[in-house]
Amino acid sequence: MLLQVHNLRKTFPIRGGLLGKKTGEITAVDDVSFYVKKGETLGLVGESGCGKSTTGRAILRLHEPTSGQIEFEGKSLLALSEEEMRKARRDLQMVFQDPFASLNPRQKVMDILEEPLIVHGMGNGKERKEQVQELLHLVGLNQSHAMRYPHQFSGGQRQRIGIARALSTKPKLIVADEPVSALDVSIQSQVLNLMADLQEKFELTYLFIAHDLSVVKHISDRVGVMYLGRLVELADRDELYERPLHPYTQALLSAVPVPDPDFQKQRIILSGDVPSPANPPKGCAFHPRCPHVMDICKEVRPEFADQGGGHFSACHL
Amino acid sequence: MISYIIRRLIMLIPVLIGMSIITFSVVHAIPGDPARTIVGDKATPAQIQEIRENLGLDKPAYIQYFTYVKDILQGDLGTSLITKQEISKEIKPFLAATTELAVVAMLIAVFFGVNLGILSAWKQNSWFDYTAMLIALIGVSMPIFWLGLMEQWFFAQELDLLPSNGRLDPRMEFDAITNFYSIDAIIQGNWYAFQDVLLHLILPAVALGTIPMAIIARMTRSSMLEVMRSDYIRTARAKGLGEFWVIYKHTLKNAFIPVLTVVGLQLGLLLGGAVLTETIFSWPGVGRYIFDAINARNYPVIQSGILILATIFVLINLIVDLLYAWVDPRIQYGKGE
Repeated sequence: MLLQVHNLRKTFPIRGGLLGKKTGEITAVDDVSFYVKKGETLGLVGESGCGKSTTGRAILRLHEPTSGQIEFEGKSLLALSEEEMRKARRDLQMVFQDPFASLNPRQKVMDILEEPLIVHGMGNGKERKEQVQELLHLVGLNQSHAMRYPHQFSGGQRQRIGIARALSTKPKLIVADEPVSALDVSIQSQVLNLMADLQEKFELTYLFIAHDLSVVKHISDRVGVMYLGRLVELADRDELYERPLHPYTQALLSAVPVPDPDFQKQRIILSGDVPSPANPPKGCAFHPRCPHVMDICKEVRPEFADQGGGHFSACHL
Repeated sequence: MISYIIRRLIMLIPVLIGMSIITFSVVHAIPGDPARTIVGDKATPAQIQEIRENLGLDKPAYIQYFTYVKDILQGDLGTSLITKQEISKEIKPFLAATTELAVVAMLIAVFFGVNLGILSAWKQNSWFDYTAMLIALIGVSMPIFWLGLMEQWFFAQELDLLPSNGRLDPRMEFDAITNFYSIDAIIQGNWYAFQDVLLHLILPAVALGTIPMAIIARMTRSSMLEVMRSDYIRTARAKGLGEFWVIYKHTLKNAFIPVLTVVGLQLGLLLGGAVLTETIFSWPGVGRYIFDAINARNYPVIQSGILILATIFVLINLIVDLLYAWVDPRIQYGKGE
């Protein structure tokens, strides 16, 4: 067990009025619990604004969690001081969504990749330079690229740089926050395969955040589904895609396009919109849109419980 | 890069022609007759006419203008009507005095402005931020002559800490070589004079630097805040970089371009617009030089003085544009534009 998250909550205050008083709060991540085993890939899916990115950032304490517990290799990350956390980042790296915005435009690739090594006191100047070359080679770029600036690369190349950067400190866990959603489909598969290769090579563990169900299916061992800040279902990949328990997951999966023009499939169309996270519905957050809604759903929040064989779901059904 | 510089320098020509036409017209629109100024009230009309003919003031305006441009192109900025000295020589010590003051004022403004802006952005919405921005607002709104007078009253008169005017204690023996007194003092190894020069610089430089400092602080803060929200700053934190380096290395470098623009524009303004400060602190600078020329209807001095300041202003802007490419590698000049 590499990472365990217990009852993670992250709220953002809404400020308004003349003096910027707190007038409410948005619950971006609401009581989320899961674990990630060493060497596996846990996919986290959900639509925009469901809190999946915030979950990833909160685990790395890029957003300070409001409450909950995060254990990494049995140690609590939230108990670390700022300085201890800074050092711990060596083992916990992140690949960001937007390869155009997440690289400092003023740094050469060499500096981008070398900086984490300097920060964590890894190697001397010569060793670090060698390691940068090795990293570039690993992600399929060549050595001459080291002296260029990020704007001289394409989106796919930039994301490779982002991955190389995340790899540079030889981390144990990589949180990949929609690493391919900004890329062309043809490039997406290249980057996904690269990530899979690297995982095998370095025994990496991924927390893979995405909104594209087919991408998640391709790369994940287990998949978690989030809705309105809550984890509604989590199971082994095949189990989840074949036998979804939660009505939201069922609706989500029915929306995946099938590359066959003759295939007529039953789509579950949800009515209404996602409620505001500033004012989530009582009981089950999904009840206003659920086709199987019952009275209890409007009052009691369903527990996120093991329905057998490690298939977790939060539903009264 | 070099072709870009050459192109920019060629583009200076129409700007300067425009400048020369405007100054020439404005100066000639000033009421009063320079010939009368020269010979005084008791001169006969014949004497005045003679002087007007000598100076070419009886000719039509366009001929006067072309004569003026022809002289400038030959490196002749004209002769002062009052002192009969060549302006190109006469203006040098004034220019040096102004430049010395403006540069020191700008150093003060940049140092305090940039750091105040950084700290304000870093500690956004803290009491420090509010205080610093209040000071900046006061600084922007402060009439510079009033600030100068208050400085003189408090630091020179009440506390008797700093000299209230001039560039140097007049009793001191001192040879002006470059006319940058601080440099002159160093060349001569005269440390006592150097100290005195610096003391004389403090009050006028602070007065002159206050507005640019406030503008730079506000610009730095807003630019920093914008960059701090960008993804690559989060990347830097995720790398495990300490907050100080995130701010001063990753954020500041990226936030610096708008600040650089403001610094360039303000430096240009300081060089030309220091008339009030120079007057209050009896600073023998180019602002004073032109101001006196205006009072004396000293046409050639006004024209050439303004032309020199305009040229300096445009050149500083060119330098700032070139610095952009140095600050931001994404900006390249002369390639495919």
